[in-house]
Amino acid sequence: MTRSVLRGLRAVALTGTLVLAAGAAFAADPIKLGVLEDQSGDFAAATIGKVHAIQLATEEINKAGGIAGRPIELVTYDTQSDNTRYQEFMRRVLQRDKVDVVFAGFSSASREAYRPIVDQFNGFAFYNNQYEGGVCDGHMIVTGAVPEQQFSTLIPYMMEKYGKNVYTLAADYNFGQISAEWVRKIVKENGGKMAGEEFIPLGVSQFSQSIQNIQKAKPDFVVTLLVGTAQASYYEQAASANVNLPMASSVNVGQGYEHKRFKPPSLKDMYVTTNYIEEIDSPTSKAFFAKFKAKFPSEPYVNQEAENSYLAVYLYKQMVERAKSTKREDIRKVIAAGDVCMDAPEGKVCIDPKSQHMSHTIYLAKVGADHSISFPKVWEDIKPYWLGDVGCDLTKKDPMAQYTPSNPPPKP
Amino acid sequence: MDIATLAFSALYQFGDAFAFLVLSACGLAVIFGMMGVINLAHGEFIMCGAYVTASTAHVGLPLPLAILSGAIVAALVGALVELVVIRHLYDRPLDTIVATWGLSLIATQGTLIMVGSTMAGVGTPFGSFQVGAYSYSIYRLVLFASALGVLGGLYALFNWTRFGVLARATIQVPHMAAALGVDTRLIYSLTFACGAGLAGLAGGLYAPTMTLVPTMGATFIMEAFVTVVIGGADVFLGTAPAGAVLAVVKSGLTSWQGQLFGQIGLLVAVIIVVRILPKGISGFLLRERT
Repeated sequence: MTRSVLRGLRAVALTGTLVLAAGAAFAADPIKLGVLEDQSGDFAAATIGKVHAIQLATEEINKAGGIAGRPIELVTYDTQSDNTRYQEFMRRVLQRDKVDVVFAGFSSASREAYRPIVDQFNGFAFYNNQYEGGVCDGHMIVTGAVPEQQFSTLIPYMMEKYGKNVYTLAADYNFGQISAEWVRKIVKENGGKMAGEEFIPLGVSQFSQSIQNIQKAKPDFVVTLLVGTAQASYYEQAASANVNLPMASSVNVGQGYEHKRFKPPSLKDMYVTTNYIEEIDSPTSKAFFAKFKAKFPSEPYVNQEAENSYLAVYLYKQMVERAKSTKREDIRKVIAAGDVCMDAPEGKVCIDPKSQHMSHTIYLAKVGADHSISFPKVWEDIKPYWLGDVGCDLTKKDPMAQYTPSNPPPKP
Repeated sequence: MDIATLAFSALYQFGDAFAFLVLSACGLAVIFGMMGVINLAHGEFIMCGAYVTASTAHVGLPLPLAILSGAIVAALVGALVELVVIRHLYDRPLDTIVATWGLSLIATQGTLIMVGSTMAGVGTPFGSFQVGAYSYSIYRLVLFASALGVLGGLYALFNWTRFGVLARATIQVPHMAAALGVDTRLIYSLTFACGAGLAGLAGGLYAPTMTLVPTMGATFIMEAFVTVVIGGADVFLGTAPAGAVLAVVKSGLTSWQGQLFGQIGLLVAVIIVVRILPKGISGFLLRERT
């Protein structure tokens, strides 16, 4: 008897577990969140924290019962600071892994590399990074800060404090070029003039000649829009050549924590507008920082983009729960209501329905001679108004394009 | 602005570019130029030197000793790499490309995993000085002097010492050298280690002025290969004039039109020189002499 009966029993038991497993999977079918961030290569220093922030938020949400009862499952790939990797992995997460949403990208070059793929496969992506602004695309939600939040605050402040002669030193790719255009525009609007501009190819690490060009132009302050770890060598080299000019930036400190990496006083008098850095002394910021350090004790720095990534997971949770769906069309209907807001570590943030960008509290961080951070000024609730003002309205029309001050949306 | 200030600034920029090109390229000139091993892990030997320099400086070693220890550790690592990998590939030059590229990936990613994404800098010593309207970093002059010192040292090593003669003999006609009783394996090992050590020295010298990350070697690689390709096989007669020519091109174009044109200029210079002088500057100089 035994053998056949046993076999029968085993079959019954197996089917039973299968049925049970299937039932359980159905009740808590996970929501798949793709994570494409640079965990190696030139940008890794600024972006590993983004992955950790997403892991932290996911763990918290899953512990508290997931999104509408469904756990979040992360599908993470290392994009290696390489634009072609972004394209490969974006296709992979959308086509093979069939994720519900993708959190992707640090450099603007990588975003523009993957964005057409998101559009093509009708995907849904979050870009959790400050950038040069102007992306009017219904497939994208941007939680990072944009020029009207970072430059419209920073540049007039610097011009009033130090003078109207401005020099821009920027990374030579779409982010640096378009950001420099913004600086030029704001300097002109405020009655100043550009003492000079230089664009540095990514990966350049030697700045002697650029330093001399700056000294020759005699600006009142330098706007540094340098990206990547190689270009960060500028500060050390400028300090050792005693350039001694105040600096203003939308990317430094808040992303690459240069004030922690370089020996003081090389970043003395650097002013940065950022929506988060770990030094912000508010209860919500401190609580977030403590949670982060508890999970990742060896994290070198909790930067702006880590906070953007963290709050993005919670925003997504809120939108899915309100839409009762993970479909992009349903979620955009929720966004169109105009009240998708949350209390983030930086303060209250809301998604603007016209541009699908986010309002921010902007902190002006000043680096002291000993590389300590002080906050001379805080602007609360700065809206991402530029795209809406020039005519981008995603609730009506989705052009899937990027606009700049010199290339605004066509007039209807 | 008077002529003297302008002349000094041009000289300083030339010296700065020259130092970067020569120091990046010296190790590669030995390994690639002389031995013919296309070493794509050159940048990682530089990174190794820089990391060791910074770590020992953080522990409290004075900077010159820290730089020296960076060079020595890189040389030891080079000797090990030669023993384990390169030794078996001397007659398969194309395979060395793949092997050294693999090594460079392992070194970069291994450093990222073990040491983290960044390392704290050590700060540039010596401060600055003023000439006319411009202020300059004193350490940059030290780098220029070091480049001249390294070139002089290499010339002496390969021309005046027994090791240098044996190394040149071994690399030119290995069978003949072996027949005369030279331990060619040992000579290959030592020469490779010497190249790796020079790369480590470059890393150590530039460590105080740069951001220390696992990928930092990549910022030296283009300049290193360009200089060695233009220079040709002879370490001294190739690297020194190639460094000088390229430094004029780079500093001139950079001061005129910015960094982008400096980079373009370097690459155009390579294309032109390789087209006219396929064996590099040293090939041209040596042929004329004989």
